[in-house]
This record gives sequence, C-alpha cells and structure tokens, in this order.
Amino acid sequence: MIEIKNLSKDFAAIRAVNNISFSVGKGEILGFLGPNGAGKSTTMRMITGFIPPSAGTIRIGGFDILKNSLEVRKQIGYLPENAPVYPDMKVIDYLNFCGQIRGFTKAALKRTVENTIEKCFLTTVKQQIINTLSKGYKQRVCFAQSILHDPPYLILDEPTDGLDPNQKYEVRRMIKEMSREKAVIFSTHILEEIQDVCTRTIIIAKGSIVADDTPAGLLKRSDLYGSVSLTVENADSNEITNCLNQIKGVETTTIISDENEIVRLQVYPETKDTPITDKVMAAALANNYQVKSIYMEQGRLDEVFRTITT
Amino acid sequence: MRLNESFRNIKAIQKRELYGYFGSPVAYVFIVIFLLLIGFFTFNISNFFEAGQADLNNFFQWHPWIYMFLVPSIAMRLWAEERRLGTIELILTFPVTIAEVILGKFLAAWIFIGIALSLTFPMVLTVSYLGNPDLGAIFCGYLGSFLMAGAFLSLGSMTSSLTRSQVISFVTAAVGCLFFILAGYPPVTAILSGWAPIWLVNLVSDLSFLSHFISISRGVLDLRDLVYYLSVISFMLFVNAVVLQSRKAA
Repeated sequence: MIEIKNLSKDFAAIRAVNNISFSVGKGEILGFLGPNGAGKSTTMRMITGFIPPSAGTIRIGGFDILKNSLEVRKQIGYLPENAPVYPDMKVIDYLNFCGQIRGFTKAALKRTVENTIEKCFLTTVKQQIINTLSKGYKQRVCFAQSILHDPPYLILDEPTDGLDPNQKYEVRRMIKEMSREKAVIFSTHILEEIQDVCTRTIIIAKGSIVADDTPAGLLKRSDLYGSVSLTVENADSNEITNCLNQIKGVETTTIISDENEIVRLQVYPETKDTPITDKVMAAALANNYQVKSIYMEQGRLDEVFRTITT
Repeated sequence: MRLNESFRNIKAIQKRELYGYFGSPVAYVFIVIFLLLIGFFTFNISNFFEAGQADLNNFFQWHPWIYMFLVPSIAMRLWAEERRLGTIELILTFPVTIAEVILGKFLAAWIFIGIALSLTFPMVLTVSYLGNPDLGAIFCGYLGSFLMAGAFLSLGSMTSSLTRSQVISFVTAAVGCLFFILAGYPPVTAILSGWAPIWLVNLVSDLSFLSHFISISRGVLDLRDLVYYLSVISFMLFVNAVVLQSRKAA
C-alpha cells in the first residue's frame, strides 16, 4: 500500500506539488496524468525518496519514506523519466550490477538477470554496449532494472515515452501482467494508455489533484458521453433535426456535417445515463431515413483532460 | 548485518566504476598521458641521469604538479556525469546510502590512479640498476604520492558534486589543488611571514599537500602526515555527502 498524505513540495518560491493525498493498493494500476510541469515527476521523485517532501508524509508498505528510507527503497522499482542508464556498460553487466546492489547472491543473480532479460525481450542485445542501442531498447533496459528484484511497488515515469507502437503495446502488456501482485503508479501523456491499462486515474494540474477516478468515470464526465452519433443518407438536415428533437429523452441535436446529402448528427440525451440509441434508430426508420451508421459515444478522454486541466 | 551490506554495496559500486573507466578511452588516455608527462619532467626537465643520484626525488617532486590537473580530470566525471546522464536519480534511489555511493566511487577512482602510479615501476628498476637506492625511501615516496593523489581526488569529487558541468568541476578542482600545493610553497609562505603571526604562517603551510608530501618522500614516515591526508580525504568526502544530500536534483 502506498499512502500519500498532504504532500507538498516547494522549489524556492514555486510550489511544484500542492497538498496532494491519495493511496494505491495491491493490484491497482494508477495512471498519473497531467500537462507538462504539473508536478508528476516531482511527486514520483518524492515517492521514491530521491527528493524530500517540503510537507506531508509518504508511507509505503507501512514504512515512512524518510524514517525507513533503505527499507522502503528495497521494495520499490523505479523507472525515472528518460530512462537513465550507464551508456558505457553492456546490458547484462548493467543488470548484474543492479542485481548486486539489490542483494542477489551469485546463483540467484544469474537466474534473475536471465529471466528479466527474457521478460523484457533483451536477449538479442544482452551483450551489447547500452550506448549502441536504440531509444526503445534503452527504455527497456531501464525498465528491466526496475522489475529485476520483483518489487511490490512499481513507480514508472513515462515508461512508454519514445517507444514505437509495438513496443508501447509490449510494455503495457507487461505492466498489466505484473500488476496482479503489485501496486503500480505510472505517468503518461498518452490518453489511450489510461483507458487500456489503468484501474484508476489521477489527473494533476499545477501541483494539485483535479480528478481521481476510474477511466470509465472520467469518460462519463465527457460532454459527448451517452450521446448518439448518427449518419444518414438522402436527408434534409433541418427536417431530421426537428424530427429527432421531438423524441422523448432527447435534449438537443447538432449537425456535424452536411455534404452530398450525407448528414452527420450528434444527438444529446437529457440525462447521460438513459440510453437513447434505440429511440433514435426507431425514429429514423419510421421516417424512412437511410441510416449509414449509428453508435453511442463512450466519451473522449482528451476532451475531459482539456476541460479539467485548463 | 548492515555492515556486510555496506561492504557489498561499496564493492559493487566500486567494481562498476572501474569497469566504466576501462570500458571507455578515458582510462587509457589518462594512463598514457600520466606516464609521458612524468617521464618528460623527470628526464628532460630534472635531468635525472645528469643528477647522478640513485634516488627518485627528481621523480617524486613533479607528482603534485601533474596530479594538479590530471586528478581533477578523473574526478570531474564522478558526480557531474551522473547528474548529466540522470543516472544519479537511480543510484540514489537504490537501497544504498549516500556514504556507500561516495566511497565506492572514490575508491574506484583512487584504485585507478594507483594503477597508473604503479605503472611507473620502471623508474624503480632504473635506479636500482644504476645504483643502490634506499628502497624504503622509494616505498615511502610512492605511499606519499598515493595519499596525496587521494587528497586531490577527494577535493575533485566534492567539486564534481556541486555541478552538472564537467568543465566547472574541473576548473574549481584544479584551482583548489593549486591552493593546496602553493600553501606550502616557500615564495607563498615568504609573503605571509613578513607580517602574519607565526601561527598563521604555520597553519597555512601545514595545510599544504606539499610540505607533507616532501617529508614522506624523503623517507620520513610520520604518523602526522598520514593523519593529515586521511583527514583531508574524510573532510572532503563529508562535504561531498552534505552537498549531495541537499542538492540531489540540481
């Protein structure tokens, strides 16, 4: 369990993190979201004990990060921003070094490093100097370092930054796979990642938490959530708008586009949780409109993100 | 239990650092330049052969001056490089104490300089072949030189922790080294001795690496000189730790 209470950090006159509190339990993947400079990295650096908080407490597995620093750090795996690794070492030597620091003895060290190399798809490059690797591989080497000792707490600062789509997919899959026995906090700019991976999301802006919700809960905040997208052929846009607005439960209808007699409309319900798709469909059919497509919007995270953080 | 862990961590860090030296051209360039310079000064400036003496005074007297800029060039990367690469964030969030990291890095660099220094062994062979040198004095000379290198190194390690720029780290360390050398240099003490109270003159010249080095390299192994070097090293590394603790993310 990671418990954070009233955490603040000041850099000279600037308050980078302002009185935030949250906790993350086993099996949870917490997505940490926010614009650049919102205080994500600063928060993670405090959780890992790299920089001390100006105020507030951080307890990890029941230990205070300041009072039992070494105890806590043994249980944390950390992937810092930009995945720093020593460029002049071979992958396998670097991981051996990390393993020694983590207290593995000979036989266990060899086995653990080999396993981790396999898990992170580094087998083909394990004898290469890190400096000669691409950004994606470097990222994975640093990721390997963070999971080497199978820590119960994983703090990942933009783990998919700079990876290609396939690698992103792999890293996400690994995070999901490992999360069963771990508490994971990871920060990202990529909104699909939140939907795909997280069980919970915290959005932070200007140092304060502005949302703490499940990805589904966040989507519900979207204006689009629950509305129906409808595309019809051979229709007059005003006529169909009037027709749709008369349906019980429809708040309003807006025209998205009207080209070559193909009309795209957005139908908003009066209450978001009452589905209206079937009613819209029925109305369209009753009036002999040719429906090309119809679907209910799930909401858009980018829209929610923008409304919350600006 | 914790002590064992400490040794293990220091050893792991020290091993990695040494690996880093020999994994890059730094080590080879340093060793070659060190040997070339020391040979040049000893044979071409001090005229080792013409002196006609079977000792290594002409050899040891150049060590402080060569260390003055070669040791900072090794020390400058110790922390500035970690800051630049961002690896400082990992090493300081590993379950190791700051003291362990500092000691591991310091020992690696010191061992490395020791390796370079030991490669000057042909000098010993040469004087032994030419005459009957006092091997005890030569041993003391090497010991003194090694301790002095450690003192320079601790100063460089400390300045390196102040900045992410290796240039700044190098220049401040070199100037610091120059101060520690010159403090005991007769022209400098002469300036002071005209007006300053005698205790101040003694204090400044006692601070000098030079006066302690000269007495050791003459074969006089005084406990005070050993204590002096070890206290300089401890003090500098302590400041190093304080700086790191307070400015981790700088």
